[in-house]
Amino acid sequence: MDNLTVTSSPHFRSNNSTSKIMLYVILALLPTTVVGCVYFGINAVLVVLTGVVFAVLSEYIYEKIMKQPITVGDLSAAVTGLLLALNLPSTTPLWMVALASAISIIVVKQLFGGIGCNFANPALVGRIVITLCFTSETSKFIEPFVNANVDATAGATLLNSIAANEKLPELWRVFLGLHAGCIGEVCSLALIVGGVFLVVTRVINPAIPLSYILTTYLFTTALGYDGLYGILSGGLLLGAIFMATDYVTSPLTVKGKIIFGIGCGVITTVIRIFGSNAEGVSYAIVFMNVLTPLIDNLTAKKSPFAKPNKKEAKAK
Amino acid sequence: MALHLKTVNVRHHKLTAEKETVIMPYSCNLVIPMLQHIGRPCVPTVKVGDSVLKGQIIGEATEFMSAPIHASTSGKVVSVRDMLCPSGVYTPHIEIAPDKEDKSIEPLSFKIDSLSDLVDATRQLGMVGLGGAGFPTSIKLNPKNIDEVDTLIVNATECEPFITSDYREMLENAEDIKEGIELLKKLMNIKNAYIGIEDNKPKAIEIMKKLSGDIFEVKTLKSRYPQGAEKVIIYHLTGRKVLEGQLPADVGVVVINVTSLGSLVRGLKTGLPLTHKRVTVSGDCVKEPQNVYAPIGTPIDKIIEFCGGVVNEPEKLIMGGPMMGVTMCHGSMPIIKNTNAVLLLSKKLADTPEPTACIRCSKCVSACPFNLMPTVFEHAYHDGDLEALEKHKVMLCMECGCCSFVCPAKRPLVQTNRLAKAALREKK
Ligand code: SF4
Ligand code: SF4
Repeated sequence: MDNLTVTSSPHFRSNNSTSKIMLYVILALLPTTVVGCVYFGINAVLVVLTGVVFAVLSEYIYEKIMKQPITVGDLSAAVTGLLLALNLPSTTPLWMVALASAISIIVVKQLFGGIGCNFANPALVGRIVITLCFTSETSKFIEPFVNANVDATAGATLLNSIAANEKLPELWRVFLGLHAGCIGEVCSLALIVGGVFLVVTRVINPAIPLSYILTTYLFTTALGYDGLYGILSGGLLLGAIFMATDYVTSPLTVKGKIIFGIGCGVITTVIRIFGSNAEGVSYAIVFMNVLTPLIDNLTAKKSPFAKPNKKEAKAK
Repeated sequence: MALHLKTVNVRHHKLTAEKETVIMPYSCNLVIPMLQHIGRPCVPTVKVGDSVLKGQIIGEATEFMSAPIHASTSGKVVSVRDMLCPSGVYTPHIEIAPDKEDKSIEPLSFKIDSLSDLVDATRQLGMVGLGGAGFPTSIKLNPKNIDEVDTLIVNATECEPFITSDYREMLENAEDIKEGIELLKKLMNIKNAYIGIEDNKPKAIEIMKKLSGDIFEVKTLKSRYPQGAEKVIIYHLTGRKVLEGQLPADVGVVVINVTSLGSLVRGLKTGLPLTHKRVTVSGDCVKEPQNVYAPIGTPIDKIIEFCGGVVNEPEKLIMGGPMMGVTMCHGSMPIIKNTNAVLLLSKKLADTPEPTACIRCSKCVSACPFNLMPTVFEHAYHDGDLEALEKHKVMLCMECGCCSFVCPAKRPLVQTNRLAKAALREKK
């Protein structure tokens, strides 16, 4: 009995870990990634690979240069790169994907102190930056199963069609993702499968996705548009299930998460319908990211064992 | 308001559940600390060279918040010196060399007609909370607002992994427990009595149900951690909330650990003070895990030796359970009244991994039975923001460990809470 370790309790720890959580997120993203790659072909595969590889590489190189412990093993950089790629159309030039990855990881994540410290979702900010800089290159959406190099006529995304009040494709086609869009956003079915997996494995709490989706549905319908198409289009499911639920940039309590989801839904719908920009989801989430500390403050939990403060005591 | 507080699922590891308690013979010198309870230490009443009898007072409880300490066997006092006791403070320890005769004092005789008789006897017998807390039982049984107390809860949840000493008490001494409940109900004029048992102990539930009659009610609780924490069991059985700064009696409840109750009844029957304790010796590094009835003051390494010694490579030696127990850096520390387990765990079971950055996953927040926000405490503590710590009620933290247990980043949340509480106390 030499070499006994002395530590603070508890001496048991669950077998959960940051890398396990990230691995589960990657697994949950696999269905939509695979569908996207099948639908949009080799270009999609290349965009995804570039996104992931450059995200991981950026983190590695940054940490090497700054002489910090290397954290690529926690897989969070890989998740960021993957999410970024899935939020881009398959026609995006690869160097832009690489640039967006580097911005996400280095500027948005590492410069703010690394994992856990960033104020907004790195993948979303990376995406917003390149869509603002290179608007035309990053908005050539094509229909599935079209050879982008030969026949690069940009298809209209669902969102464009809704905004233009055009005839919409049948619901089942939308559900399976047979319409133009970003690599990872088209197939609702695959996204929902991933979402259910994350909820069942308790990686995410369903509060944000549910409140986000429901708000969007109700608000879109209330404004006289087709709510169902509203939630099946424009990356809403991808955003609600995978981006808005980013731990670091969303509130801690369930109450806070619901407020966050409702806020995302309202802003998304407003931007889509009243704004000129179709990219409501990204902006809405980033905006709510910024409000997260405030929401956390307002929704701090109260212990049932805390002494009621004077006001409440009087009310009783 | 939710009807259930948050709890976590930990593996039970009750290796020793079906092992009958074995009595450990006197084989070595006993080292008896003068502080084996919450409160003030006792004052030694013997000096080197004195002969003592089993059950003789060797430490006098001179203050209210205390309980006397008795010799665990007959023998000679060989040293009285200040040492670090298991609760982390320096107190006198009395070392006794047993004479192997194990001669007892004349049994004390009690006449218990009223609560004050019982309180008196309880104090004389040196009874303290044996479940781990070590709160002097005589004080517990004598709340100021005794008229308002209408509920007795016998805590037999034993929610910590590995530990089976309370379970064995129910299997081996069920009658004593029943008599104890009867006695307390009568003398304290209490209406309802419950015994709370986790559902992973069906045998104990069955035995207690058979005995219950109209004396008490067996309440089955889900086996989740920390079901046995005082505020948690009170809330789950009665729906009453023991608020910050309150005692259970303030909401009309008295909670007593099942082994404490059984031991009290045996003490009253035999007239012999508390000198022994059932300790679960377990873990994957003990050759023969078992429940040992050991003299108080026996050094841990002797008990482990008695259980066949060490196998594998132990990483941690824990006094108490893996969730709230205290790690020891060597085995010379003696077991005391409120020791309920000695665990020897390998790295595989009890590893404490290097923490990584908090990813704000909110798992700690949703695991806390008291709805506290451990990650917020951590940030506030590191920012030196005592105001935020106070506002978010770090003082309510019972250090149950659920938050650290679930944290994927392996943050030392409980440790930080302890530091934060100490910082707040200092400020005051
Ligand atoms: S469980 Fe750990 S990682 Fe998650 S929020 Fe709490 S401290 Fe941070
Ligand atoms: S140790 Fe404290 S903060 Fe952590 S779960 Fe238990 S009571 Fe809550």
